[in-house]
Amino acid sequence: MLYREAGQFKTTYAGDQQVFPIRQDRIGVAVVLVLAFVVVPLFGNQYWLSAILTPFLIFALATLGLNILTGYAGQLSLGTAAFMAVGAFMAFNFELRAPWMPILVSFALAGLCAAAVGVAFGLPSLRIKGFYLAVATLACQFFVLWALQRIGWFTNHSASGVITAQKVVILGYAFDTPATKYMLTLGIVTVLAVLAKNMLRSETGRKFMAVRDMDLAAEVIGIRMMQTKLLAFAISSFYCGVAGALYAFTYLGTVEPEAFTLDLSFRILFMVIVGGVGSILGSFLGAAFITLLPIFLNTMAHPIEELLGVTLPAGLMSNLELIVFGALIIFFLIVEPHGLARLWQIGKEKLRLWPFPH
Amino acid sequence: MNWQFFLEVLVGGLLAGVMYSLVALGFVLIYKASGVFNFAQGAMVFLAALTFVSLLERGVNFWLAIAIALAVMVVLGIAIERLVLRPLVNQPQITLFMATIGLSFVLEGLSQLVWGSQPHGLEIGIPDVPMQWLADTLGINVSQFDVFAAVVAGILVAALAVFFQTTRIGRALRAVADDHQAALAVGIPLRQIWAIVWTVAGFVALVAGIMWGARNGVQYALTFIALKALPVLILGGFESVAGAIVGGLIVGASEKLAEVYLGPYVGGGLESWFPYVLALAFLLVRPEGLFGEKRIERV
Repeated sequence: MLYREAGQFKTTYAGDQQVFPIRQDRIGVAVVLVLAFVVVPLFGNQYWLSAILTPFLIFALATLGLNILTGYAGQLSLGTAAFMAVGAFMAFNFELRAPWMPILVSFALAGLCAAAVGVAFGLPSLRIKGFYLAVATLACQFFVLWALQRIGWFTNHSASGVITAQKVVILGYAFDTPATKYMLTLGIVTVLAVLAKNMLRSETGRKFMAVRDMDLAAEVIGIRMMQTKLLAFAISSFYCGVAGALYAFTYLGTVEPEAFTLDLSFRILFMVIVGGVGSILGSFLGAAFITLLPIFLNTMAHPIEELLGVTLPAGLMSNLELIVFGALIIFFLIVEPHGLARLWQIGKEKLRLWPFPH
Repeated sequence: MNWQFFLEVLVGGLLAGVMYSLVALGFVLIYKASGVFNFAQGAMVFLAALTFVSLLERGVNFWLAIAIALAVMVVLGIAIERLVLRPLVNQPQITLFMATIGLSFVLEGLSQLVWGSQPHGLEIGIPDVPMQWLADTLGINVSQFDVFAAVVAGILVAALAVFFQTTRIGRALRAVADDHQAALAVGIPLRQIWAIVWTVAGFVALVAGIMWGARNGVQYALTFIALKALPVLILGGFESVAGAIVGGLIVGASEKLAEVYLGPYVGGGLESWFPYVLALAFLLVRPEGLFGEKRIERV
């Protein structure tokens, strides 16, 4: 009764082609945006803003990037963390070597650098597919980390390989509190997410999906394979690169190449799976789930300890966390291969009919 | 160029490559029979080695420890088939691959939960010292342990070849690898075959785990050797046992040579990515690897 698009007539082409054609969706998005932009910074405490919400947004952006590549264009990649590393370290270098450059411009340039790396390592996708490609993207993961560790230029010859991100100042306003950093991250993520949503329903997005569903057939109907696949790699790596830059500048502050190991790539891949392969909303849901899960498990541990009257050793907890994490992934794949986004879809179908069963 | 030194590096690399092949073999077995790219192979190696070494340290007899570790791997193989593979039948291969990533997390957590996470040393009585007579006659140093590992790998491959070629189960495995549906149609029990193949992969993991454990100690880092085996796989082709061996030899030799002769110019640490880039360059020429099956695509 509440969620029903009946009676919403589109009388203009613009109305028919808007990003959210259903009124309830528009209201929902607006409510979420108001909550995120106004209510959360006003009432959220420091811990939540800096340790949970900011990384959540950054991971959501990286997940979105991987989702464009894996979920929409169908190219499995295990090099996400490497693209993030390129973004983080290039943003640092742009700020270091060209201090006059506005920080948003260096974020964008860092994203473009990541895109270039993505295209370079996406080239094999023209020849190889599936697992062979997945393993090939591992080459990117290891090579980029190696280069960042060995070539001093990237880390400004810091002996430990650790870089300290510069202060984020835009038009003389310093983004230095958790709330302002959160706002900056949120702003960038929102803009990029809307752009992605728009792109994926355009010709480009449809080309991606055609390639994903059957690349040979897509080629036969005249989609240029090279252009499409490389574009998917470029856009995906751009998103990951910007996420990496944000990871360094608004979340961690100091980063080292070891922060971007294969584990991070897997983590982001899990966010894609849990959230929903080929869904923008899913990227956010997946990122939220995987970010919150360890925190939830840790908080759960305390009542259990009190209940049993024992203290669980720290090593036990981290191992239990690994097991639960892995088991949940398998569980999700078995029960809902389309992820949390699919659950939301089902929920919407139910809402459409509510309160009647049929 | 000093040829003795070159030869020494080459042989050392080839023998190290055999160790990679041992791990790659486990991947190939499972991929051949069930089309699953089993990322958890590294975790299985870790679990098997850790179980074995922990039993040894608790005073269990060597052979009994092997038997128990093997039994654990059998139970694991059956459990994986029952709990992970069976519900995921008919899912895309990518889904199965991701499930095995999840599985590797579970196995890593589980093995450390049960046996603790401190590293163990493993001594199997083969010292890691140069073979004396080779050093005397040719003047090159070849580790006795590496040669032993190569012999073990050779025996393992021979045994697997016999198993696959002559036994009834082996023939069924090959039939399943060829075509699931056709195999089902002629009455081969698919589930049973999968459980068997995971068990065999568990056995290979145990052997690889003991070898690698004796080499580098049984510790968490053992799970990363799976990553070493991946370039071997794509070089050799996912479906080929011979490919795993040849790929291992190529990767082992080339990465050692690159480290020794190129490393000084670029600051070392080449081993982490050189095999991948090599495999990548190779794939551009032959997308299915050396011995992989050529895929014919139709619309």
